[in-house]
Amino acid sequence: MLKLEKRPTPSVFWGRATPVLAVALTMVAGSLMFAALGKNPFEAIRTIFWDPLFGEFAWYLRGQLLVKAGPLILIAVGLSLGFRAGIWNIGAEGQYIMGAICGAAVGLAAYPTESRLIFPVMVLAGAFGGWVWAMIPAILKTRFNTNEILVSLMLVYVAETVLAMASTGFLRNPDGAGFPGSRNFSSYPAAANPELLAGTGLHWGGVAALGAVVAAYVLLQRHILGFQIKLAGQAPRAARFAGVSPNRLVVMCLGIAGALAGLAGMFEVTGPAGQISIDFNSNYGFTAIIVAFLGRLNPVGILFAGLLMALTYIGGEMASTNLGLPSAAIQAFQGMLLFFLLACDLLTNFRIVPARKEVR
Amino acid sequence: MFGGIDPALLIASLMVASVPILLAAIGELVVEKAGVLNLGVEGMMIMGAVCGFITAVVTGSPALGFLGGAAGGAGLSLLFALLTQVMQANQVASGLALTLFGLGLSSLLGQGYVGIKPPHTGVVPFGPLADIPFFGKVIFGHDPLVYLSVLAVAAVWAFLRHARGGLILRAVGESHEAAHALGYKVRRIRVLAILFGGAMAGLGGAYVSLVRVPQWTDGITAGAGWIALAIVVFASWRPWRVLLGAWLFGGITVLQLNLQAAGSGIPVEYLSMSPYLITILVLVIMSSGRGRAALNAPASLGQNFHAAR
Repeated sequence: MLKLEKRPTPSVFWGRATPVLAVALTMVAGSLMFAALGKNPFEAIRTIFWDPLFGEFAWYLRGQLLVKAGPLILIAVGLSLGFRAGIWNIGAEGQYIMGAICGAAVGLAAYPTESRLIFPVMVLAGAFGGWVWAMIPAILKTRFNTNEILVSLMLVYVAETVLAMASTGFLRNPDGAGFPGSRNFSSYPAAANPELLAGTGLHWGGVAALGAVVAAYVLLQRHILGFQIKLAGQAPRAARFAGVSPNRLVVMCLGIAGALAGLAGMFEVTGPAGQISIDFNSNYGFTAIIVAFLGRLNPVGILFAGLLMALTYIGGEMASTNLGLPSAAIQAFQGMLLFFLLACDLLTNFRIVPARKEVR
Repeated sequence: MFGGIDPALLIASLMVASVPILLAAIGELVVEKAGVLNLGVEGMMIMGAVCGFITAVVTGSPALGFLGGAAGGAGLSLLFALLTQVMQANQVASGLALTLFGLGLSSLLGQGYVGIKPPHTGVVPFGPLADIPFFGKVIFGHDPLVYLSVLAVAAVWAFLRHARGGLILRAVGESHEAAHALGYKVRRIRVLAILFGGAMAGLGGAYVSLVRVPQWTDGITAGAGWIALAIVVFASWRPWRVLLGAWLFGGITVLQLNLQAAGSGIPVEYLSMSPYLITILVLVIMSSGRGRAALNAPASLGQNFHAAR
């Protein structure tokens, strides 16, 4: 029989190799799932992972990659800081929605004024909206010791209701003949978030995502706060003796994550989505949790993980139109990826050795 | 404000509304008492909902449907047990993975079943007892699962308090090192607890899709699993308080639905977000001050156990 032996320090090699191994295992398990659904597994895997990059419509789909990866990376970078410190913000979806609503509300309030200042103010409002929504679990945690996991998650459902109220009520397009949904930002240049370089899919959200990756990298490597985050996650007692205030970390980590998620929502509503609508949110906030783990909570890793996850979104859409693969299959596929990641992490922290016969 | 709402009917429907969260919460209580934090209740519930629904529609028997639901929830929880007990994965992350995967898989499985009506779950025949005014409706007019859920609370209470197995389970949850040193199989006990929690969550999910709604739609549990987790904290890990918490939340749900239907002056959106806001409020009250719920939490909650020797 085999047994596990704890490594004195986590293996560097397996730390890098587990995401790759997990993706490979997910492809195998996913193929089995696709085969069970009566689809050709090889064709399905090729449609998801190869065709968007090198297939017939790659010229268009490659651009979509950045559109999808932008918000995922932006949210995941924020989440990863908290996850490192053992602060579990799983309500990014709600913070994303609130950022979008606040950003859009500022833009719509200014309609139809044309000014260069409108968009920057909307960006600030978006970040503020997400930050405020994340401050609720943060303050309840620091003041009343409330579980931030449950509170942040509950607030997602509240945010979804607020979104419904916004699109049917206070942000509804007054010229929209009573249909739900706000004005479309694509017809309001001062507040729109267009493609910056034609054909790349890069909008301000993508730029912000890259900025967040760099900033988070610097924060974790060079800044005292980054050190404290890592310390609090790995050795909470040592962190307390070293004078790291847990409350300050909770407020900082949740605040950063909320602001980034809010930004992602704001860039999405002004760019690719175009308007506030009832079904505006598309689970980016939850998928970003998978992205954060796939990137091993490391900003650079998250960059690649976000691109890969965006690929499964786009490939999944292609597979559903071309092969009739249900879109829920992709959601299950993404969930599976997180399972394999967590399982493969075993190799980072443990050695598998043959067990000697013991006296019982 | 209460005009037009019959109190007997309100209490009766409160008991029905609370069954899914009650079943899931009492299961999760046992899991947490064993020192395992399984945040995948929502995922296990929705798997139970879809598996139970499919079984019931295919076999035509609600009883088999509930069994199928319990099996679905337990099956998914087995994945959690594998990850956290064998692979030593982080429990919080594994629980989230369970929920994300469960939501995806359930909507995949349930695709052909949207818009179908499941077989009707009958009421327990109490004969003349059901004709007693008020009490007949409130106590003797329900389907078997309502009574089963209350019995489950009593059984869990008795097991944890008066059975040797319950003592061992609590020992594992309070200090896995000590339990291990005494020769108890920490991992085996925890796996069993996780399976029980999964089956109960699955049963609760099946109740949603077979009785409460009754039909199948994606995301049918709508956060009930998370509310169940909150109820365990609210109950400070005490079985009878779980019952109280579940009835409280069932009451709020029923009341807000009734108010929506009665067309009170409160906008529908505020009513439909009220269960979540009240959950947060209750968590705040229970977590703060001197009566801190956290003080009663199992000491090894959320920590993985790896026997070094």
